[in-house]
Amino acid sequence: MTLQKRIMQKQILQNTALWAIVLVLIGYVFCRPVYGEGEAVELPALAQQLAGVKLKELPNLVGQLEVAGKTAVVPLFEALLNGDLYYRKVDRLVVIARLSPAGDYQLRDALLVTPLGRAEKKALKKIRISNRVRSGLRDAIARLTLFSDDPTLRRPAVANLFNRLDDDSVALLQSAAARETDTDILATIERALALHTLLVSPDIPAQLQALDKLDGSLEPVVRNRLAALLESTENTGATRDPAVIRKAAAVLHSIHADIEFYEFLETLFFGLSLGSVLLLVATGLAITFGVMGVINMAHGELIMLGAYTTYVVQLLMPDHIGYSLLVAVPAAFLVSAATGIVIERSVIRFLHGRPLETLLATFGISLLLQQTVRSVFSPLNRQVESPSWLSGSLELNAVFSLTYNRLYILVFALLVFVALLLVLKRTSLGLQVRAVAQNREMAKAMGIRTDWVDALTFGLGSGIAGIAGVALSQLTNVGPNLGQAYIIDSFMVVVFGGVGNLWGTLVGSFSLGIVNKFLEPATGAVLANILVLVFIILFIQKRPRGLFPQRGRAGQS
Amino acid sequence: MITGGNIFTVATLRAQTALFVAVLFGVTLYASVCNLLLPQDSVFYVSTYTVTLMGKYLCYALLALAVDVIWGYCGILSLGHGAFFALGGYVMGMYLMRQIGDRGVYGNSELPDFMVFLNWQELPWYWCGLDHFWLAALLVLLVPGLLAFGFGWLAFRSRVAGVYLSIMTQALTYALMLAFFRNEMGFGGNNGLTDFKDILGFDLQADTTRVALMLCSALALGTAYLASRLILASKFGRVILAIRDAEDRARFLGFRTQDYKVWLFVYSALLAALAGALYVPQVGIINPGEFSPLNSIEVVVWVAVGGRGTLYGAVVGALLVNYAKTRFTGVMPEAWLFALGSLFVLVTVCLPKGLAGLLSRLGSRRRRLAAVDA
Amino acid sequence: MKPNNWAIKPKKLATKLNKLASKMAVALSSCLLSVVVCAADTIKVGVLHSLSGTMAISETTLKDTVLMMVEAQNKKGGLLGKKLEAVVVDPASNWPLFAEKTRELLTKHQVDVIFGCWTSVSRKSVLPVVEELNGLLFYPVQYEGEESSKNVFYTGAAPNQQAIPAVDYLKQELEVERWVLAGTDYVYPRTTNKILEAYLKASGVSEKDIMINYTPFGHSDWQSIVAEIKKFGGAGKKTAVVSTINGDANVPFYKELGNQGIAAEDIPVVAFSVGEEELSGIDTKPLVGHLAAWNYFQSVESAANADFIKQWKAYIKDDKRVTNDPMEATYIGFNLWAAAVEKAGTTAVDTVAKAMIGMTAPNLTGTTAVMNRNHHLSKPVLIGEIQDDGQFEVVWETEWVVPGDAWSDYLPGSRDIVADWVAPIKCGNFNTKTAKCSGQNY
Repeated sequence: MTLQKRIMQKQILQNTALWAIVLVLIGYVFCRPVYGEGEAVELPALAQQLAGVKLKELPNLVGQLEVAGKTAVVPLFEALLNGDLYYRKVDRLVVIARLSPAGDYQLRDALLVTPLGRAEKKALKKIRISNRVRSGLRDAIARLTLFSDDPTLRRPAVANLFNRLDDDSVALLQSAAARETDTDILATIERALALHTLLVSPDIPAQLQALDKLDGSLEPVVRNRLAALLESTENTGATRDPAVIRKAAAVLHSIHADIEFYEFLETLFFGLSLGSVLLLVATGLAITFGVMGVINMAHGELIMLGAYTTYVVQLLMPDHIGYSLLVAVPAAFLVSAATGIVIERSVIRFLHGRPLETLLATFGISLLLQQTVRSVFSPLNRQVESPSWLSGSLELNAVFSLTYNRLYILVFALLVFVALLLVLKRTSLGLQVRAVAQNREMAKAMGIRTDWVDALTFGLGSGIAGIAGVALSQLTNVGPNLGQAYIIDSFMVVVFGGVGNLWGTLVGSFSLGIVNKFLEPATGAVLANILVLVFIILFIQKRPRGLFPQRGRAGQS
Repeated sequence: MITGGNIFTVATLRAQTALFVAVLFGVTLYASVCNLLLPQDSVFYVSTYTVTLMGKYLCYALLALAVDVIWGYCGILSLGHGAFFALGGYVMGMYLMRQIGDRGVYGNSELPDFMVFLNWQELPWYWCGLDHFWLAALLVLLVPGLLAFGFGWLAFRSRVAGVYLSIMTQALTYALMLAFFRNEMGFGGNNGLTDFKDILGFDLQADTTRVALMLCSALALGTAYLASRLILASKFGRVILAIRDAEDRARFLGFRTQDYKVWLFVYSALLAALAGALYVPQVGIINPGEFSPLNSIEVVVWVAVGGRGTLYGAVVGALLVNYAKTRFTGVMPEAWLFALGSLFVLVTVCLPKGLAGLLSRLGSRRRRLAAVDA
Repeated sequence: MKPNNWAIKPKKLATKLNKLASKMAVALSSCLLSVVVCAADTIKVGVLHSLSGTMAISETTLKDTVLMMVEAQNKKGGLLGKKLEAVVVDPASNWPLFAEKTRELLTKHQVDVIFGCWTSVSRKSVLPVVEELNGLLFYPVQYEGEESSKNVFYTGAAPNQQAIPAVDYLKQELEVERWVLAGTDYVYPRTTNKILEAYLKASGVSEKDIMINYTPFGHSDWQSIVAEIKKFGGAGKKTAVVSTINGDANVPFYKELGNQGIAAEDIPVVAFSVGEEELSGIDTKPLVGHLAAWNYFQSVESAANADFIKQWKAYIKDDKRVTNDPMEATYIGFNLWAAAVEKAGTTAVDTVAKAMIGMTAPNLTGTTAVMNRNHHLSKPVLIGEIQDDGQFEVVWETEWVVPGDAWSDYLPGSRDIVADWVAPIKCGNFNTKTAKCSGQNY
C-alpha cells in the first residue's frame, strides 16, 4: 500500500476541481467554525447527484461532497471506491449495496448507513468510477480520516499525506502531530515534517537536525527528495550549505545500504517461493519416478486435475470461498490419486521394468487427459478465486513485504513434504513402499503385495500432484495447458536432486529456485532459465546420479 | 530386452532392404511423374498438395530413422533429437533467408526483414557466409554434429545412461528452444525464418522444385537406410548391439563402449540434421517450436508405433502416424487427440515391438504353421 | 456362391447386362452431376483456427464465431443464391501444420475464403501458401503490422490503432511520465515496443524514464519483475506499464501486481492482449482500474452490439460467455467479405479482393469500418478500465475512426514504405523514396 503514496507524491493536481478541494480544505482546517450546520441539508441532495453522473463530472462532485459532508461521507466514499455504490433504477436513490448470501443485494442508505431493505441486481445500477476518481477518493479519505480515533485508519492517512508533502498536507500533518498518541504514527509524522523542514527551512542547524531524523527512513519519498536535492545542487549549483550537502549524501548512502540489504532478503524470499512451487510440483514426481521408476509424462495433467478440482469445489460452495481451499486440498488429492491409480492399474502395471516405455504410454495419457478437460470444461481458462486471506502482503517495512499467497504456499509445500516423509518413514505403507523400491523380488518373497503397493504408491504421487494443482490455482491460470508448463521443471528438479531421494528433491528445488531468482535481475528471466538448464546438464555429467545419489543395489539398475 | 533386426537372416534382411528401396522409389517416382506430366483433371494426377505432404513425411521418416538407429539398436532413448533436426533446419533456413537478397519487403540486401524492422544495424557474424550453398550444406551437418559430439562425449564418458540421459537430452532441446525464442539471438524469435523465395536459383513454389525436393528427401532416406543397414551389419554395428544388450559385458570385453556410443550418436544426429535441412524448404518455415520437447517425444512415439529395432518399422511408423494426423485433424478436428493418445497407449501396452513386431510375429506363426503342415 | 443363380439364358443375360450398364451409366452420370452441382451449389468457407494445443484457448472462440456467422448468413439465404458451407480443420497450434492445412483447404476443399490464424507466426507460415495458390485470408487479430499482402485482409488492429492511442491517453489524461514497456519475447511486443520507444523519445521522454522488459511465453513467476516495476515506479514520477504480455502469462502477472499492492491508481497497466475472454478466467477484483486498448468492448452500448451478444450467447448456448475484439474483427471481416461477394457477383479471389477495397460494414460500436487500400481497416480506438465484473468501462475513445497503418512511421526501416493495392501502385510495400516495390512476384 505504500507504493501508491510513493507515486502520488509528485502528482501535480492540475485538475482544477482537485485544486478547489485543497483550497477549501485549508479553509476547513483553519476556519472550521465558518461552516455551519446548514450543510447537512445540502448533503443528501449532493449525494443524490451521484446517480447517473458523468465520469468527467465525478471528481468535481466528490470535491463538493467532501467539503459538505466531512467525515460523514467517508462510508459513501469507501463504498464508491470499492464499487459498492449503486442507485435504484426506480427512484434513482443512491444506496450502498452488498451481495447477500441469498443472492440479492442488501441496501443501505449512502449517508446514514441505515438498512433500506433488499433489491434484485436488475433493479440497481452501479455508479462507475475511473482511476482519476479513485485516486481523488483515496486522497479525500486520507484527509478526512487523519483525525479519526482509529489508528489503523490514521496510519494510511498519514502515509498518503507524507507522500504528497505539499504545503497543505504539511499543515494537516502539523495539526495531526499535536494530538497524535500512537508513537509509531507520530514518528512517521515527525519524519514527514523533518523532510519538509529540510527542504524549505533556511536555518542550517534545523536542516542538519532534520537530516538526523531522516537517517534510516525507508519511505521512497525521503530518498527521492534527497536524491533530487543533491542533484539540483550539483546541476544548478544551488545555494546549499556544504555541511548539509555532505550529510544529506551520507544519509542517502546509508538509506541505500539498508535498501540493498532488504532487496537481498526480498530476492531470497522470491527464490524460496519459486523453490517451494518447484518442490510441490516435483514431490509427486519424486515418488512416481524416483521410487517406482515410472517416467510419468502425465504428471503435469494430474496437477491440472488438482487445479480443476479447486475450481469445481469453488463452484459448489460459492459462499464460502475462504474455506474452499481447505476442502479443495483433500478433494484434489483424492481426484488425482484416483486417476493415478486407474492409470497404474490399466496401463503402467503392464510395463514393469520398462521405464522408457512408461514414458510413451503416459505421454498418450497426458494427451487424453488434456483433451478430456478441454471437452468437459472448454479450452478457456477457468476462474479460481483467491480467498481474502491469501491476497495482499505482509508489510514488514516500506521496502520489504512478503505476499501472503507465496508465504502460505511456502509453508504449505514444507508441510506436504514433512507429511510425505512421515508417511514413508513412519507408516507400514511407507515401509512396504521402500521395500518394494529397494528390491521387488525380495519384498514379494516377504509377503508384500507388490501390486497393491505399486497402485498405492502411484496414487500417492499422483495425489500430491493434485495438491500442487490447488496451490498453483492460486498463482497461475487454470487451463488445459497448466500441466505442460511444469513437467520439464519437475523432471529437472528430481534428476538434479537425485532420483529416489526426497531430501534431494527438497534441496534441489530450493537451490534451483534461489539460483534462478538471483540470476534473473542480471540476465533477464529467459536467460536465467537457460543458464539454470545448462548448469543442470553439466552438473549431471559431473555427478550422473544427482546431488544425493541413491546407494546400493536399487541405485544401479 | 529388445531383440530387433538381428533375428532375421542375412537373406531376409537383403530382401527387406531391396523391397524397402523399391517401394520408396517406386512410389515417389510415380508421384513425381504423375504430378509433372499428367494434366490436372486426369484421374491419376497427383496434386502438389500430396507431393509436399509426401516430402514432409519423408523428412519425418528420416528423423524417425535417426531416432531408431540409437534407440532401437543401442538403447539410447533421446528425447532431444528435435534439437538436431531443428538446428539443421535453421542452418538451411538461414541459407534460404540469404537467398532472398533484396527481394525482402524492405528491399534491404544486407539484412533479413526481421532484422530490419527490429533495427539491427549489421548482420551478426554467425550469419556470414551463409549465402553460399556449400558452406550452408557443410554447416547443416557440422553444427548439429558438433553439438551431438560435445553432448555425447560428456554424457557417455561420465556414464550418464537410461532415464537420466533421456531427461538430459530433453533439457538440451528445451534450453535451445528458450534460447531460439529470444529475439536477441538473431534467428527471428518466435516468428522464425520464413518467406523463402528460392533454393540454388530454383523457385521454391514451382512444382518442379517441390518434386525435386521430395525426390531428394526420398534419396536421402534411401541412402540413410542403406548406410544404417551397412553400419549396423558391420563389426561396429555388432558392438553397438552388444552395448544395447549388456553394456557392462561389452566394456569388460575390452570395448571402449563410450566411443562407440558417441559415434553412433553423432551419426544419428547427422541424419536428423539432414532431415531438418530438407524439411525447411518444403514446409517454408522454421520456428523455435521445432525444438519443443513434445515434438521430440512424438518422434519417439512414431518409432515405437512402427517398431523399433527394425529400420523399416521406424519409417512406417512415421508415415502412418503423420498420415493419421493429417487425416484426423481434417476429419475430426475436435477429437483427433483422443485417437492419437489412445493409439500411443495401445501400442505401448499391446504392441511393445510396434507394427513391425506384429508383422514378424504373424510371419513366424505362418512359418511355424507351414512347418507343421510339412 | 450357388451356381444356379447364374443359370440364366444367354439372351436374358445380355439384356440384363444392358439394363445394368445403362442404369450404371445413369447412376454414374447423376453421381458426377451431383458432385458438380454440390461443388457449384455451395460457397465454401475455410476455418483455420487451432482447436488443440496452446492456442486453442483463444482460437476456438473464433472458430465458433465464424460458424455462427455462416449459419446466420445461410438463414438470410446465403450468398449469390448459394448456401455457405464451413470447412473446419485443426492446425493444432503447430506452425508448419498451418501451412499444410491452408494448402489442404485451398487445393483439396477449394474453399473460396479462409478465416483464420491468431499468432503472427501462424500467419507468416500461411502467407506464402495463400499467395502461391491465390487464396483469400481474413486475419482477425491485432498484430505488429509491417506486412500487407495481396491475399490477406487484416481486420485486427495495427499498432497505430491500439498502442499509440493508448500511450497518448496515458500521457494526456493520466500525466504519465515514466514508462515500463513489458512484453512477452516475441515479434509483436518487440515491434510494438520499438514503435512506442521511438514515439516516446520523439515526444521528449528520456531514456532513463523507459524500462523495457521481456519474458518468455507462459511466464508464471513474476515476483522479481513486479518488484522491479514497483521500484521503477517509486522514483517519484507517475508511472504506467504498457503491457504486451501474451495470453497465459497475464493471469499470474496481474495476481502478483495485486498481491504486491500495486493498484491501478498508482501504476496503471494498459494491455493490448487482455480482453473480456482472458478476464473471464481471472478473479478481476484486484485488477479493477487497469486498462486495455481495443477497437471493441462488450460493454459498448449499441443496438448492433446488443444483437451480436444475444446471437452469440444463443449460438454457444452459454449465458456466461463473453464477446471480445477479435470476435468483432471476425464479424466485420465476414460481413465485408459477404458484401464484397455480393458486389462482385462472384467468389473469384481477384474480383472479390478488388471489391473489398473501400467496402464498408457497420462495426459493433456504432460507427462504420472501412477497408482501406492497404488491406487494413479504419476503426475507432477505445480505452477501457477493467471492472470487477470482468467487463470494461470505456473511459476514452477516439473521435473518428483511425485508419490502420500497415507500415509504422516510427520505425526507421518502414518509414518510407506504404501499402496501396489500387492501381497504379498495386503493391504491399511500396518504397516512396526509391519508388520501388521489392520482392513481389505479381
